[in-house]
Amino acid sequence: MAKSSATKDALALFQSLRSAYAATPTNLKIIDLYVVFAIFTALIQVVYMALVGSFPFNSFLSGVLSCIGTAVLAVCLRIQVNKENKEFKDLPPERAFADFVLCNLVLHLVIMNFLG
Amino acid sequence: MNSQVPLPITRMAKVLEFLVLILSVLICGEAVIFKPISDSHRSAALELFNPTHGSSLEETYEALRTFEVLGIEKQPDLRAATCASVVDTLSSPSALKDLFQALRVNGLLNCELKKKTFAGIAPRLKDAVKSASSLLDYYYSVGSLVLIKGLSSDVDVHLESADSVFRAIKALSQSDGRWRYSSNNPESSTYAAGIALESLAGVISLASSEIDQSLISMVKNDISKLLDDLEKYDDGAYYFDEKLVDAHGHQGPLSASSAVVRGITAFAAVSAENLNLPGEKILGLARFLLGVGVPGNAKDLYYQIEALASLENNRVSIPLILSLPTSVLSLTRKDQLKVNVNTILGAAAPSLTIKLRQIFSSGSKDASVIDQDLKFDHKNAVHYLDALPKDIDVGSYIFTFEIVLHDSEHKMIYATGGRTKVPIYVTGVIKVDNAEISVLDSDLGNVETRKKLDLAGENSISLSANHLQKLRLLFQLTSPLGHALKPHQAFLKLRHESKVEHIFVVGNSGIQFEIILDFLGLVEKFFYLSGRYDIQLTVGDAVMENSFFQPLGSVELDLPEPPEKASRPPPQAVDPSLRFGPKAEIAHIFRAPEKKPPTNLSYAFLALVLLPFIGFLVGLLRLGVNLKNFPTSSAPATSAILFHLAIAAVLSLYLLFWLKLNLFTTLKALGFLGVFLLFVGHRTLSHLASTSAKLKSA
Repeated sequence: MAKSSATKDALALFQSLRSAYAATPTNLKIIDLYVVFAIFTALIQVVYMALVGSFPFNSFLSGVLSCIGTAVLAVCLRIQVNKENKEFKDLPPERAFADFVLCNLVLHLVIMNFLG
Repeated sequence: MNSQVPLPITRMAKVLEFLVLILSVLICGEAVIFKPISDSHRSAALELFNPTHGSSLEETYEALRTFEVLGIEKQPDLRAATCASVVDTLSSPSALKDLFQALRVNGLLNCELKKKTFAGIAPRLKDAVKSASSLLDYYYSVGSLVLIKGLSSDVDVHLESADSVFRAIKALSQSDGRWRYSSNNPESSTYAAGIALESLAGVISLASSEIDQSLISMVKNDISKLLDDLEKYDDGAYYFDEKLVDAHGHQGPLSASSAVVRGITAFAAVSAENLNLPGEKILGLARFLLGVGVPGNAKDLYYQIEALASLENNRVSIPLILSLPTSVLSLTRKDQLKVNVNTILGAAAPSLTIKLRQIFSSGSKDASVIDQDLKFDHKNAVHYLDALPKDIDVGSYIFTFEIVLHDSEHKMIYATGGRTKVPIYVTGVIKVDNAEISVLDSDLGNVETRKKLDLAGENSISLSANHLQKLRLLFQLTSPLGHALKPHQAFLKLRHESKVEHIFVVGNSGIQFEIILDFLGLVEKFFYLSGRYDIQLTVGDAVMENSFFQPLGSVELDLPEPPEKASRPPPQAVDPSLRFGPKAEIAHIFRAPEKKPPTNLSYAFLALVLLPFIGFLVGLLRLGVNLKNFPTSSAPATSAILFHLAIAAVLSLYLLFWLKLNLFTTLKALGFLGVFLLFVGHRTLSHLASTSAKLKSA
């Protein structure tokens, strides 16, 4: 019984999380989706490395860091765009997006140099 | 390390070469054989001179003149082209030097020229003679006039003011008999003296009236002063040294001597007076010119041949050259001593007798006086001696010959140069006999074993000895006349199995050669190495026709055990072919390539990596993303499109950077793209910001 109640609780928690998340603005959802996409791509590369070996290690590193880096930048963007963050109230989202683009370009210049 | 080893060896070889050179010079001393001009000069001339259409008239003249003197057929195909060039030069107002060269070539080729050509040139040349200021101007203009005079008798080439021209040229002479090129050049040159004499000879032949005798005797005086400056070699060759180094081509002893010889002979040909030139010096000059051998370049060959040709036909004294077909005579074959006498160009000499005066033996200073006449073989034009003097044995000698002309008139014409010394090598078969090798007891000297040797044939004796015994080798060398001969080399060589070698010099007393090896005293030298030793005997000499280098057999040596401190045999010299041969090949080791995963797996993961991206796109669709916020009015739309394009451009630049560009080109391009991106990005985003602000306020 206790087990089923625990499952129920977990389901209830999940339900409430989902309903709470449904209220999130679409543009934040897009960013979340992007972060998930980047993380999954990185994960697949890690799995590949585990299967095959880390021979062109720089290539592996640049591939994974590219994904992780862009995910982190996307999280930063999400923080700045979120309207509930009062800290960034004065910062227009366009400015945040410009930062995101610039950082991504710099990040990928380094990544390309490291790719070999 | 190894690369430094050959250096001392080559240096040593050079030193040896030098020593041999010095020795040969010392041995030959003043006795050198000069050979007259022969076929080797002809083949050299054909090789060196290659007059083609491109070569200048001067080169063509030198080639043709050399061919003419050497009696080589002219190439007919050359004539047409050269004549065209000659006509071209003569009919156009060319420089004095070119005119002179063209006339010289014409003199050899006899090109068909119009008579008017000469008539047109002659006055120009006469003006040039009058206005000439340098020696070369005189040389070219006077020389040209002389050439015209020889070709056509119709043209008036006579110089009215010959005396003054003569004086003008003479004014350039120096007190030592040499000449200056021009009055404002203080340097005097021997080559210039030759040219000046040739010009003066030309002036004399062109003079319309007799030249003042006092002028000619002054020049005669100059010539004798010039001849006083002659330098002498030990072998009786005389030459003029050219001290002046200047811009007039390459001038050395050969060109200077050649020019003076040509000048003196030309002057002697036209002056009525007897120049009283010493025959010895004329002969010495001929010897110098012949002693050059076959020169290596065309210019030198021309100088040599031209000077020899003018000596051959000169009026003063014609040098006769004594030469030997071979200077090595074999006593065993009973070779005859043969002597040729020719003029320098190889023509036959007048009737004469050669006397053998003296014979110097190379070893001793004293000479045996022979005074024997050589017989003359009319068929082969060769003087020969029936048999060598009785007391001539093998060895090297210096024979002294003297040429005696039959006709007393010839004595005025020909220069024979007194006695001529010639090195002669007499060789022969040396008799080798009474050869034996034996093993002796050390204390008493009793003979243990004795083996006869036949040094002319093969030997393979085998002996055995211990350290208390001696090895004795005996043989006799007798020259054809029964005298003792001390050969340059008489060596006995013992060679151990381990290739350690010991060489001993075999001494002699008279005809008997003997060497005794006392093994007791030699054990140390032999490094206490017992075992088989091969025996080799070398006897050799330059005059010995049957020099030999023979294995005699072997001796089995039984030597005591080495004590503690005995020296080890030296390491044997490495075979030079091993030392300088190819080195072992170097095998390069490369890092083995990393093992690569199967391609299918890599492709599968490529597809797998694309899955999240597809998931991202599907997710976007589910979220209902749209582009409604994209600006619609034209200007912001353009900048928005440009913004996206610029981002795409930067990303493709990164792709190119990965594929082929280097960091510097990439950064340069990125600089420009970045500024553009900043500009359009700013416009787009500020437009978006303003629209969203309007929305809020609305």
